[in-house]
Amino acid sequence: MTTLTHLVLAFAALLPTAGGVEAPPPAKLLNVVATTPDLAALARAIGGAAVDVKALAKPTEDPHFVDAKPSLVVTLNRADMLIEGGAELEMGWLPPLLESARNDRIAAGSPGRVSASTGIRMLEVPTSFDRSKGDVHSMGNPHFLLDPVNVRLVVTQIAQHMAQVDPASAALFRDNLKNFLATLEVKAAAWQKELEPFRGAKIVTYHKDFVYLAERYKLEVAETLEPKPGIEPSPIHLAAVIGTMRAQKVRVILVQPFQNRKTAETVARQTDAVVLDMPQQPGVKPNTATYFDLMDSLVHTLATALQEKK
Amino acid sequence: MRPMFRLGVLLCLAGTAGAQQSPDSTARRQQRMLDSLAAALTAVQGKLDSISSAPPPAAPARTSGAYMNVSFVGLTDFAWSSEKDLGALQVGDHEPHVRGFAIPNAELALDGTVDPYLKAFVNIVHKLDANGETGVELEEMYFLTTSLPHNLQVKGGQFFAEFGRQNPQHPHSWAFADQPLALNRMFGPEGLRSQGLRVSWLLPTSFYTEATVAVLNSAGTTTWSFRSDESAQIHAGAPVDRAVRGVGDMLYVPRLATSVDLSETQTLLFGVSGAFGPNNSGDAAKTRVYGADVYWKWKSPTARKGFPFVAFQGEGLVRRYDAASRTAVDAFRVALPAATLKDDGAYAQVQWGIRPMLVAGLRAEYATGNGVVAETPFTTAERANRNRYSTNLTWFPTEYSKFRIQYNYDHRAWVGNDHTVLLQFEFLLGAHAAHKF
Ligand SMILES: [Zn+2]
Repeated sequence: MTTLTHLVLAFAALLPTAGGVEAPPPAKLLNVVATTPDLAALARAIGGAAVDVKALAKPTEDPHFVDAKPSLVVTLNRADMLIEGGAELEMGWLPPLLESARNDRIAAGSPGRVSASTGIRMLEVPTSFDRSKGDVHSMGNPHFLLDPVNVRLVVTQIAQHMAQVDPASAALFRDNLKNFLATLEVKAAAWQKELEPFRGAKIVTYHKDFVYLAERYKLEVAETLEPKPGIEPSPIHLAAVIGTMRAQKVRVILVQPFQNRKTAETVARQTDAVVLDMPQQPGVKPNTATYFDLMDSLVHTLATALQEKK
Repeated sequence: MRPMFRLGVLLCLAGTAGAQQSPDSTARRQQRMLDSLAAALTAVQGKLDSISSAPPPAAPARTSGAYMNVSFVGLTDFAWSSEKDLGALQVGDHEPHVRGFAIPNAELALDGTVDPYLKAFVNIVHKLDANGETGVELEEMYFLTTSLPHNLQVKGGQFFAEFGRQNPQHPHSWAFADQPLALNRMFGPEGLRSQGLRVSWLLPTSFYTEATVAVLNSAGTTTWSFRSDESAQIHAGAPVDRAVRGVGDMLYVPRLATSVDLSETQTLLFGVSGAFGPNNSGDAAKTRVYGADVYWKWKSPTARKGFPFVAFQGEGLVRRYDAASRTAVDAFRVALPAATLKDDGAYAQVQWGIRPMLVAGLRAEYATGNGVVAETPFTTAERANRNRYSTNLTWFPTEYSKFRIQYNYDHRAWVGNDHTVLLQFEFLLGAHAAHKF
């Protein structure tokens, strides 16, 4: 038993220091954690001054491949609310973090947990589970925030959950939601108008991550540089992509920061196309901190390139 | 949102109208304006209420998974070595033991949520031994609480003890095809696992600090340094089998781990562990194992599929095995004196994720025993000096399969140098496994 006694003493010795490290927060803000910066931006818009929002993934990081770092366990342990994309976007890294975080305020099914994909009409839901088709998401393509109609559902859901978790600020959340939806209506019309002249235009993307944007604005994704979702581009496949791009006169390739720009540039050189930096996360490009600024930037970048390459 | 727009227009009109009219008519006008404002507001409110109170559209008919996730990992090896008896070099249970082909690990993993309070995990392992015979074992089976107060968490059942970094990992998460020598020496071919309870506490510090203590049964083949049937390989005496007399006969495994993010791209994890329990060299003999581990990882801020990255991992272990005076297992007339057998070992490895799905690895390690070996009439290979240097290259066609080639240069005291080449192929069927850090 001496061993056990030593252990107990050793851990007891840690107690006072441990208790003294955490400083009380200056104000009682709702601690909101979002898995990705785009969801965090929506949470900030709705939560306003009543919330403190953190994102687990960095803006430049592939949201499928975030490291389950111990610091994220601490962040999740302190959270009053967790907003995830859902639809298996975070399945490679979020489950072990949640297991270690031991925080039932953000357990699935509690008011503190928002799964943004709930209620979204998902595109590309596979009819069968078959990994010979690549790393397909069994619940559909999870990159749905590029469609403003989906964002309406997501922010409404966030506002509802925030009001449940923090009823005292419910009026604020509702006002912010009102303003957000009002702005969204105006903005969505402007984006529609800006991309309207390019209805039917063909684009090439690296991954299948712009399908919602394409569907909303009636663009056509002619090819992806990845032969199948999550599969590295092969020379044979790239040759086919180049062939398609030349035949169909596709002049833009959309890439995100964590995708292989060199591969895209090689294809672009051989097809007289332009590689467009289209980060889906706010904050990668200057002045894109909010969802509206981000979409303004994406739509404008795309429209300008399609105009120039027409 | 047209009512909102109308509202704005009304407010503007109200402002300009008020400035130009006589006081009397202004009052009436303002009243009318206010009335219509109120009406407009009610309309906005109604619309918003209908949005925010509308139930979210029905969830998709199909959700991922049923009540549990099922996955299967198949691991096949091809091995060749300058040592004919490969089993003498590759002593881990999930390593090839013969020249040629081997299936050292085929793992059926089940996990899921039991109820609002518990999750559960089961690992059933099949393996072919050196003679091609199939063995099946329940490797892990435990529950884990999900909602205890005060940041506590309890794990119960049979599980790998949370000692150091690699011991709790399953073979498919290892960076090399084989277990580090030091772990094999201290915890045997299977690693340290047993039946028991583990309590963990996430400390309320601003950075990650977690304290865990496991209380486990100390007897069995998977408690190598304790009351293990194979303990004769360590202390060379006839094992003393006896029943558990009290809580002092349990195995205690404490661990304290802490981690900080050094920068946006670098994370450091540091841990100290211990394992304390009785051994069966005598009636009251004890073993103490101490360990320290460090893990550092850098990952590019624009990593594609997590690449490129560089990760360093190192562990050092020290064992103090208090062997009681005992009868030599292979010479019944020889009495071995009581002694403290001192062993230690360490490894350091670097992994370089060069580009997506390609990882190179380098590992250096040693294991040594000292104390009374020279004075005893025997020397056990289990405690002799050994150094090993390994390098490997792993290619992942996708996240669900991998090919690995590894070369080991091995130096064993009194035996000599050996060269071993290991080829490994692994596949995953079923649920996507989550990656622990
Ligand atoms: Zn994965």
